[in-house]
Amino acid sequence: MTRYNAWSLLKQGFAGQRGWTAAWRSPEPKSRYDVVIVGGGGHGLATAYYLAKNHGVRNVALLEKGWLGGGNTGRNTTIVRSNYYYPQSAALYDFSLRLYEGLARELNYNIMLSQRGVVNVLHSRHDMEGAARWVGAMNANGIDAELLTPRQVQERVPLLDVSPRARYPVWGGFEQRRGGTARHDAVAWGYARAASALGVDIIQGCELQGFRREGNGRVTAVETSRGTIAADAFGMAVAGHSTVVAAMGGFRLPVSSYALQAFVTEPLKPVLDTVMLSFGTGMYISQSDKGGLVIGGGLDHYLSYAQRGNMPVIRHVLGAVADQLPALGRVRLARQWAGIVDVVHDSSPILGETPVPGLFINCGWGTGGFKAIPVGGWMLAHHIATGRPHDIAAPFALSRFLSGALIDEAAASGIPH
Amino acid sequence: MLLIPCPWCGPRDEIEFHCGGQSHLARPEPWHAVDDATWGDYLFTRDNPKGLHLERWSHAAGCRRWFNVARDTVSHHILATYRMGEPVPEALQRELAAAAPRGAS
Repeated sequence: MTRYNAWSLLKQGFAGQRGWTAAWRSPEPKSRYDVVIVGGGGHGLATAYYLAKNHGVRNVALLEKGWLGGGNTGRNTTIVRSNYYYPQSAALYDFSLRLYEGLARELNYNIMLSQRGVVNVLHSRHDMEGAARWVGAMNANGIDAELLTPRQVQERVPLLDVSPRARYPVWGGFEQRRGGTARHDAVAWGYARAASALGVDIIQGCELQGFRREGNGRVTAVETSRGTIAADAFGMAVAGHSTVVAAMGGFRLPVSSYALQAFVTEPLKPVLDTVMLSFGTGMYISQSDKGGLVIGGGLDHYLSYAQRGNMPVIRHVLGAVADQLPALGRVRLARQWAGIVDVVHDSSPILGETPVPGLFINCGWGTGGFKAIPVGGWMLAHHIATGRPHDIAAPFALSRFLSGALIDEAAASGIPH
Repeated sequence: MLLIPCPWCGPRDEIEFHCGGQSHLARPEPWHAVDDATWGDYLFTRDNPKGLHLERWSHAAGCRRWFNVARDTVSHHILATYRMGEPVPEALQRELAAAAPRGAS
């Protein structure tokens, strides 16, 4: 692996940029590995990397039916934060944010982490009371958060209509300063490059078709579009397709798949230097380094595997932009798309064992999987390698839907889905 | 944009409707014989097929009645709508039986 640094850049500059090698190897799949990971998005790639890095399990294959990061990893709004309510979630998501803070150095790949803050805008007395409780919980969990006055909100987001006549009057806000954005493709590619350098075989264009199981039910191999691949343990990180893969293994999951839309506008000069989210409309917005405004909102509220999104949600989200940030009312959209997200009743992930011996799962991140890529990979790798859940992951086992010990982040995860 | 044929009002724009999730769920009975696994499954686990799905919709900004919709979750094509209490149309039953395994519980 060529290390990326100023010296290699200079050297390649003199060599006409012709000496760069592929960032990761693309070998033919072997017939047997120690571990096979299904799903080449951020979570799957991070799992493969941490298996090799933390646990020395290097005989690993990562299977991706399309191309790396072509699903939700390339379709999110690139926001990272850890402003969750419950202690279990705070531990999980802040572990992730801390890994993000050191990730560019760790992977020798610039993930363009920008901790520009995440500002939540509040529009009523009830929002204010909820936020005071939420900020208090975050501080008690040891995570940075502070309440903002309307004036402070205006200073942070000058575009916002804070006039008394606003449809959504601004009562205040709160901010997590360590939140921000990172480059989503770079996270996938950085993990892929680092995992490949440690010996992981990354196999794209390889679709899972079924599981091969022995008498006691244990998975021994996967059938794929590129042949049968055996392994001792299997991990799945396939987000919106989790129930499809589960059906191949003969079990069901408490997961529903919905389309979540996002938008990006034509590039503008810098107009917004934080991430803003409105409690009133669920609309959130940030500006990419290229200048495009990256916009998101709520779910399309019926099951969907179509990566498109429906018109009423487009109208709602963009109407909110035009109303709340009036200066942007005539900005043109460059692109609109949707990702298929895996929504769980308590809006918390499912990590650990499945009903099928030898098959481990990482899913249920719903609308917020990007920020959790490092921790999702770390936890799945830990469980596969040691046979036991990490302390942080233990509360997020699938069995909570049987015991009733839900971690109900539904009202505290950013926007009400 | 979906054009949803309400069995009472005819084809109307999707913004008038609200989707209420999977149809034909039966609460497990009798209550004293229901174990935790069955109850958890009833509360939280739903069909999530990539393909034909039977779901309840309410014409929230219209006649305010609930009805059933058979819809493809990939193309969003609506194959049929039918009233509450009516059985699944026969053609759809055959299609459901032929569809990929929906997973054992």
